Amino acid sequence: MSISRGVPKRRSSSMTSRARLARWALSGPPLAFLAVFFLIPTLIMGLASFGWPGQEGGLSPLWYHDAAGWHFDLTLGNYRDIFTLKLFLALYLRSLGYALATTVCCLVGAYPLALVIARARARYRNLLLLLVIVPFWSNFLIRIYAWMIILGPQAALSRGVNAVLGLFGFGPTSLLFSPFAVLMGLVYVSLPFMILPLYANLEKHDPALLEAARDLGASAWACFWRVTFPLAVPGVIAGATLVFIPALGAFAVPDILGGTRGIMIGNVIEMEFLQARDWPFGAALSIMLTFLALGATGLAAWAARRGVKAYG
Amino acid sequence: MALLEIRGATRRFGNFVAVRDVNLEIEAGEFFTLLGPSGCGKTTLLRLIAGFDTPDEGRILLDGRDITLTPPEKRPVHTVFQSYALFPHMTVADNVAFPLRMARVPRAEIGSRVAQALRDVQLAGMGERLPQELSGGQKQRVAIARALIDRPRVLLLDEPLAALDLKLREQMQLELITLQRLVGITFVYVTHDQGEALALSHRIGVMDAGRIVQLGAPDAIYEFPETRFVADFIGTCNLLEGTVRTLAGTRLTLEVAGLGELAASTRAPAQAGDRGVLAVRPEKVRIAAQIAPTPGEVHLRGVVHDQLYLGDVTVYKVQLADGRLLEALLPNSAAGVVKFFEVGDHVDLAWRAEAALFLHD
Repeated sequence: MSISRGVPKRRSSSMTSRARLARWALSGPPLAFLAVFFLIPTLIMGLASFGWPGQEGGLSPLWYHDAAGWHFDLTLGNYRDIFTLKLFLALYLRSLGYALATTVCCLVGAYPLALVIARARARYRNLLLLLVIVPFWSNFLIRIYAWMIILGPQAALSRGVNAVLGLFGFGPTSLLFSPFAVLMGLVYVSLPFMILPLYANLEKHDPALLEAARDLGASAWACFWRVTFPLAVPGVIAGATLVFIPALGAFAVPDILGGTRGIMIGNVIEMEFLQARDWPFGAALSIMLTFLALGATGLAAWAARRGVKAYG
Repeated sequence: MALLEIRGATRRFGNFVAVRDVNLEIEAGEFFTLLGPSGCGKTTLLRLIAGFDTPDEGRILLDGRDITLTPPEKRPVHTVFQSYALFPHMTVADNVAFPLRMARVPRAEIGSRVAQALRDVQLAGMGERLPQELSGGQKQRVAIARALIDRPRVLLLDEPLAALDLKLREQMQLELITLQRLVGITFVYVTHDQGEALALSHRIGVMDAGRIVQLGAPDAIYEFPETRFVADFIGTCNLLEGTVRTLAGTRLTLEVAGLGELAASTRAPAQAGDRGVLAVRPEKVRIAAQIAPTPGEVHLRGVVHDQLYLGDVTVYKVQLADGRLLEALLPNSAAGVVKFFEVGDHVDLAWRAEAALFLHD
């Protein structure tokens, strides 16, 4: 009895060890890739953020060796500057504001679209999904430059807006090189990243759940807030993360569409590295941005889960 | 006055007529079953009653009130879905409480009513579980508790036992009968399983191609099918095609090619020359090595072609002289005897003329 029981156990343990080997063999190369090209550079950035800029810019050595032994040349000054110079805190806040606004706009815009696609007949569904992806076929920068033309002072949009403003006695305004232009650009490039995860989530919902809710006395409104949306929360979190993090560190969109009024923290980091050549300060700004992104998404995911639990 | 009344309901999808001029009255406290093969329109009819869909023609009345266009949330009618449709993000207790919350029942009352509802379906203490932590039978019970908690006038059940295994299905059938008696709510049950329909229902409506083709108590439907479709769909039936020759009251004889004139009975008016089938159920066919021909009985000879041993009964397929197969069913009731006949044995078949029904084509 005990022998017959022992045999399958041994076999199953050898199976799992083989499965474990296969898992490592498959996940090893991408893990190694991420370690070399993501983890190590991030650590270097982290270290550099405690350094001094060199004489000609760049980074002065973090440590050196002379007759007296090893010396470390590190400082917390970069972080102190970030927290004491109000300019940078304001830029972080502004970027946070842009990223939040972009996420909210994308969510509001993408949800009905994703719902329509998820509930469309199978043969239209792939066509609609294709239309969502089509913009990726042309270059990102070209699409942003196209927005420069759309929002430009000579374009119909600007002239129409200014004509309306004129009726109420306001002077003409420029749509381009403004926070509005930055938000438009960010929402435009981010929208597909919200639609696709939402669609993937909504598509899995059992339509009988909505009928059950109606059947049991829920109005269309209650049905949405008690069933459809709570079930969509994982999709909302995925989409919001995919939109929020890139938007927070956006650099090309504000650079092209924002002018001086639409500057974001990403532009400042770029300037610190390439124009001011203060690499340690740029590194410190980057590290802070990373923590800000992590903190904000963590907080949002926690709040969303809590909200759903309290609501259900 | 009937509790639920359907008057001339028709529902089309493009050129396909899913429900065709259905007229039906269901009484308060009745366990009514819509029975039919898939695609016969039974689920569409159920959805019209629930309010998920509206008929193209006809009216639906509840307590004499026209609810044809009333949205589902305003009808005192609840549904138990085939997939159960439990809300996966809510606990069992929250699922069951859902109709009460929607009806804005005071919070203090909800707790005790949910606890009672869970006790009624033998799920006391399971309130904090999530639906995905339950077995199929438990999910089924939650769905029923949720649909009954605010005491609807009518409970609709859409093939609720189809996903359960045989043993559990039989147990749930008994529980459904007990529960329906206990709560006294009208059940409208949809199934394609004729055994389930016969076991559960007070009345059955057999549906085919969008129509209710026969309406009646389970025994009446089984014993006296009115059409070839009903005879064939409910239970098993030997069907012999032929032409009416002679008539005497409810008795007639049918000319069946290769077998001669066979006696049968009819419940509908018939005339000489009418074409139709003679329908006789396998358990009404006597089978023995030798049966002396008796007046008032149909008597045929054949050879055992096949046998299906089912434990409690054995089904013999007997080949007649003209090559056609008839089924006869024999209970294995004799002690110590395993088999009565072997394949290849010559046997006599006989049935009383009253047991064979003539059904028009």
